[in-house]
Amino acid sequence: MANFETKGQHFVALCMLGMLLFNYPILALFNVPGALLGVPALYAYVFIAWAGMIAAMAYLAESGT
Amino acid sequence: MLHGTTIILISFAYLGLLFAIAYYADLRADAGRPVIASPYIYSLSLAVYATAWTFYGSVGRAASDGIGFLPIYIGPTLMIALWWVVLRKILRISKRNRITSLADFVAARYGKSALLGGLVTIIAVVGILPYISLQLKAVSSSFTILVQYPEIILPAQAGAVPMREDTALWVALILAAFTIAFGTRHLDAAEHHQGMVAAIAFESVVKLLAFLAVGAFVTFGVYHGFGDVFARAAADPKLRGMLTPLEGVAGGYSNWVWLTILSMMAIMFLPRQFQVAVIENVDEKHLNKAIWLFPLYMLAINVFVLPIAFGGLLRFPGGSVDADTFVLTLPMAEKQELLALLVFIGGLSAATGMVIVETIALSTMVCNDLVMPVLLRLRRLRLNERPDLTGLLLGIRRGAIVLILLLGYLYFKLAGEAYALVSIGLISFAAVAQFGPVILGGIFWKGGTRAGALCGLLAGFSVWLYTLFIPALARSEWLPIGLLEHGPFGIELLKPLALFGLGGLDQINHAMIWSMIANVGAYVGVSLAVSPSAAEHRQASLFVDVFRLSGEAGGARFWRGTASAPELYNLLARFLGSAAADGAFEEYAASKGLSWPIERLTADADLVHYVEVQLAGAIGAASARVMVGSVVKEEVLTIEEVREILDEASQVVVYSHRLEQKSHELEEATRELREANERLKELDRLKDEFVSTVTHELRTPLTSIRAFTEILLDDPDVEIGQRKKFLGIITKEAERLTRLINQVLDLAKIESGKAEWAETAVDMKEVISDTLAAMGQLFKERKIKVEVRLPESVSPVTADLDRMIQVMLNLLSNAAKFCDAHDGRIEIALSERENHLRVDVRDNGRGISPKDQEDIFSKFHQVGGVLTDKPRGSGLGLHISRQIVERFGGKMWVESDTGRGACFSFLLPTAAAAAERVA
Repeated sequence: MANFETKGQHFVALCMLGMLLFNYPILALFNVPGALLGVPALYAYVFIAWAGMIAAMAYLAESGT
Repeated sequence: MLHGTTIILISFAYLGLLFAIAYYADLRADAGRPVIASPYIYSLSLAVYATAWTFYGSVGRAASDGIGFLPIYIGPTLMIALWWVVLRKILRISKRNRITSLADFVAARYGKSALLGGLVTIIAVVGILPYISLQLKAVSSSFTILVQYPEIILPAQAGAVPMREDTALWVALILAAFTIAFGTRHLDAAEHHQGMVAAIAFESVVKLLAFLAVGAFVTFGVYHGFGDVFARAAADPKLRGMLTPLEGVAGGYSNWVWLTILSMMAIMFLPRQFQVAVIENVDEKHLNKAIWLFPLYMLAINVFVLPIAFGGLLRFPGGSVDADTFVLTLPMAEKQELLALLVFIGGLSAATGMVIVETIALSTMVCNDLVMPVLLRLRRLRLNERPDLTGLLLGIRRGAIVLILLLGYLYFKLAGEAYALVSIGLISFAAVAQFGPVILGGIFWKGGTRAGALCGLLAGFSVWLYTLFIPALARSEWLPIGLLEHGPFGIELLKPLALFGLGGLDQINHAMIWSMIANVGAYVGVSLAVSPSAAEHRQASLFVDVFRLSGEAGGARFWRGTASAPELYNLLARFLGSAAADGAFEEYAASKGLSWPIERLTADADLVHYVEVQLAGAIGAASARVMVGSVVKEEVLTIEEVREILDEASQVVVYSHRLEQKSHELEEATRELREANERLKELDRLKDEFVSTVTHELRTPLTSIRAFTEILLDDPDVEIGQRKKFLGIITKEAERLTRLINQVLDLAKIESGKAEWAETAVDMKEVISDTLAAMGQLFKERKIKVEVRLPESVSPVTADLDRMIQVMLNLLSNAAKFCDAHDGRIEIALSERENHLRVDVRDNGRGISPKDQEDIFSKFHQVGGVLTDKPRGSGLGLHISRQIVERFGGKMWVESDTGRGACFSFLLPTAAAAAERVA
């Protein structure tokens, strides 16, 4: 059960990290001209960060069970 | 090829396929081999979140402001990270309390309040109307467009259509019929619709594939990959700004934030999401997969949105084609008939999925939480006496489905034309967001009360109506537009879109700010001001503490009353049918190990609670409460009594803690006692040994004395020489006895601590000389040569003079006794090292073997064998000497080996050193 509770806390931390990543200060950083593999910076960042978050959630949810 | 007839036929074929899947899944469920017991199906069913809004509207929004479509999916991703705790708690609560709908959840939490359930239902229905209308709009528009192929003519250009040809109305009616067939074929006690879930999972796959197909086509077929699309957009001056969409727009970020928050609420509290995520969940462990699979689905379905948007903007410049339709019109413009058809089916799929689940969820709420409570209270209908109510329940639900869809159509006609799809949908999001404080507060804060929830919901809903619902009507000119521009009755401060002067905000943001302030403020404020009833207290504890309470016992504890089992049975049979009632009672009896038939069952708290829970599955918790209350004469627990019960429970916990502690202490004490006992027994044994040895030692000389005395007494003619000899022996033995007794007494005194020790400055040189003088005679007799080595002077030691003499006497007499018989030699040496004196007494006797060297200092130990003609000591001398030396801070030991003589040595600290040590 202790494992369960710490996982819950990890998830909360992940959520807060997400709120930070997808919010004003950091988003503004990428709101610039420029592109990654032809994709404009902001869009590339959003999708990559989103995918990263999902990967982290997958790892947390499926590990140790 | 794309005639109206073809499209309609294919659409019906697709709907038929969905129905077949649902039917098959239901069959499997009844046979006990459910199809949906898979975390993948569960995760896919959650994707019902993606409706025609996602399918068409995302592209539309992306085409207008670039990135504003994304928070709708990123918000839920963030919320889903919290699901590990939050949704799990809701799942646990819902399973325990047999929750059947969103309204049921809220009603059950706040004291099983029917009023609250009804309010939530009304808010949900009114709030979802815009959402339903958007689905109708999407399907009818896409149909109208597709039918015009190869021309691209937008519905707006087609002119107003009369009622009979109004596609949207037909769509609404067909969907109503479909939903009724889907979801109201029978009543399930737990409100599971396994067929529906299977069909939804399938349609999630269809819409994803369709979108990916058109996306791939546009990105790689029409253009040459992502880079190409964006490069061309950058080349177009009108579009370049959209590549950095948040640039310079002050409202840009706040929009983003509010949309994220709104979506986080929506993913939990949309009735359809609550239905598939909570009610339809069959295994809590499915949550683990859904937590990442569902966000992954959302990511996948959004990957191609931007290319399609930009592709559309490049293909149809100047706004001639509504961006909401790009997904369809792009393949049409490229003459891809099959793809366009696939897209249409995909959009249809998305819309039907939403409509089916949403209206089933809403109709359940309308039936259980709005209509039934009212009907049950109307005594005129005498529903208590009707034998079978299942038909009535199903009828109410079917009516509700039709009504909701027609109302959705009505909203579409009244207000739907003027808005883009996303904007319409967001109005519904804002409505269900009003449930957020009440539900999230309900599962984490025991202080949330029924009155607070009522006020919060009313306040939030009213603000929502005023700031979003009414302006929508006003914009479409069903209400005077002056309302928006000048406020009601000309009161500028109450302008619906800029309340209290808070202007310049996006309509949704504005509505969210004010509605949340009103909602949360009223909820918290009223909850704190008005104290809850006993029932609320109990329910609050059941919900907030769900992880700590175990089993159904939590509910049954708080009940007191009288009932009869047959009456309870009849009640259950009336609502679920006699077959189901039989099954339920049998299960109950089996679980308690009681016997059947029913007359034997006692109607105790557990049974009443069990029946109420079963009933709640069919008609909702609030109505079940009412019905059970009608057959049971219940004694109401006052809040004091509930508090007492809870207090008692916590006291028991504290008491048992203390008990544990006490038993620990008891264990400790027992252990210590046992050890003390062992030590005492050991000492006892030693004492016995001592006593027996001493007695033995005493007896030996006494025996000799008696023996010789008797000889002399008996035989007067013993010759004088012999007589002298005997008397000598007697005297010696008597002396020995005296010595022994003295030593034993001495030892007793020393060991008991009662000895008197003088502590004076003693000169060891003097001690040694005195002792030698005393023993001189003995040495001469035995012809023992004595060598003495004494320094000029030595430092004094702190000791008892007599005792030190005693020690020296002991050592010297031992040496005399054991040195060589014919050529005895004794060496005595006194020396001083830094802070102590050392005395050595060496003899040249036969020595002491190493293994005896420690033993000789113990009591009564005698070296040597049983040589009876050797004068023996008491065996105590060395022991006492060592005690004396150690008493004054010194050490005594022996160095010897067999055949090499022995050297006894001892150390004593000088007076100065001893003083230092004490200080």
